[in-house]
Amino acid sequence: MSDNKKFMFVNRKAPYGTIYALESLEVVLITAAFDQDVSLAFLDDGVYQLKKGMQTKGIETKNFSPTYRALEDYDVEKLYVEKEAMEARGLNEDDFIVGVTVLSRAEMGKLMDEQDVVLSF
Amino acid sequence: MKFGIVVNEGPYQHQASDSAYLFAKAAIESGHEVWRVFFYHDGVNNASRLTEPPQDDRNIVNRWTKLAEEHKVDLVVCVAAALRRGIKEENLAQGFRISGLGQLVESGIKCDRLVTFGD
Amino acid sequence: MLHIVNKSPLTSGTLESCLNTMADGGDVLLIEDAVYAATKGNAYESKLSAAMGRCKVHVLMPDLEARGLGDRLMAGVAGVDYAGFVGLAVSNKNCQSWL
Repeated sequence: MSDNKKFMFVNRKAPYGTIYALESLEVVLITAAFDQDVSLAFLDDGVYQLKKGMQTKGIETKNFSPTYRALEDYDVEKLYVEKEAMEARGLNEDDFIVGVTVLSRAEMGKLMDEQDVVLSF
Repeated sequence: MKFGIVVNEGPYQHQASDSAYLFAKAAIESGHEVWRVFFYHDGVNNASRLTEPPQDDRNIVNRWTKLAEEHKVDLVVCVAAALRRGIKEENLAQGFRISGLGQLVESGIKCDRLVTFGD
Repeated sequence: MLHIVNKSPLTSGTLESCLNTMADGGDVLLIEDAVYAATKGNAYESKLSAAMGRCKVHVLMPDLEARGLGDRLMAGVAGVDYAGFVGLAVSNKNCQSWL
């Protein structure tokens, strides 16, 4: 068995309402430290995780979104956003805190199929 | 085949822990190995030995302990999630151990399949 | 790929997202509250039927039976027990839980 696998992290939940977005980032960083092939996929409300300009002082919670910009320091550079989900939320690529690759649903589904491990948050 | 299982929700509130347990049991009965169960997020509450369900209810925590003892299943509780929720060595049920997220990643690397149960 | 869904399509968009995004030829397994999607006469029945041309749909019978709907399985959906769930995880080369 190969010790280098394709890990995809599927993010479908909005930030702050639940902890999952933050926890996903934690596992992403650890997985990168294990030298695995890491991709992040943003679907549905998960797209909101990437919105720039978050101001979390009023809810007394740490703003974790700058971490997305630090991912490239860990060689995590595959960030995919589902086009239909992005458009359904009135967002475009300029709204995101980090550069992403926008994929159609069909392209996203194909990419999921190619993974060894898919973790959902 | 070697299975890894992830449990993201606490016992009694959500069905995830029950589904995960029944899946693990069926996998073992089918001749497969359940290498590790990783408890994450509120799932760490599955490891509290202070749990006392009513007598006519299933004992979710004991069920995991028994599975670990009988089939050498490695029950790992995420340390960061556990400390946030007051799960520590002093109230950890038998058969569980506390460790880092690396153990989750390792499950993905070592197991043939990683199956997640959550909300 | 095995796609595992656990939410009712009448209150959550998760099954819809799964069916819209997944590549053709996969297996979909409905567990927990997602089993309601596979019952006769539910508002999502026609959408699930339409997806069956592209994927095979399975339902975890213990979850359907627990909810009092063991006799209402819609046409075209295959019932499985937990051993069948394990079998689907083995026969597909990867899996994903749509949480």
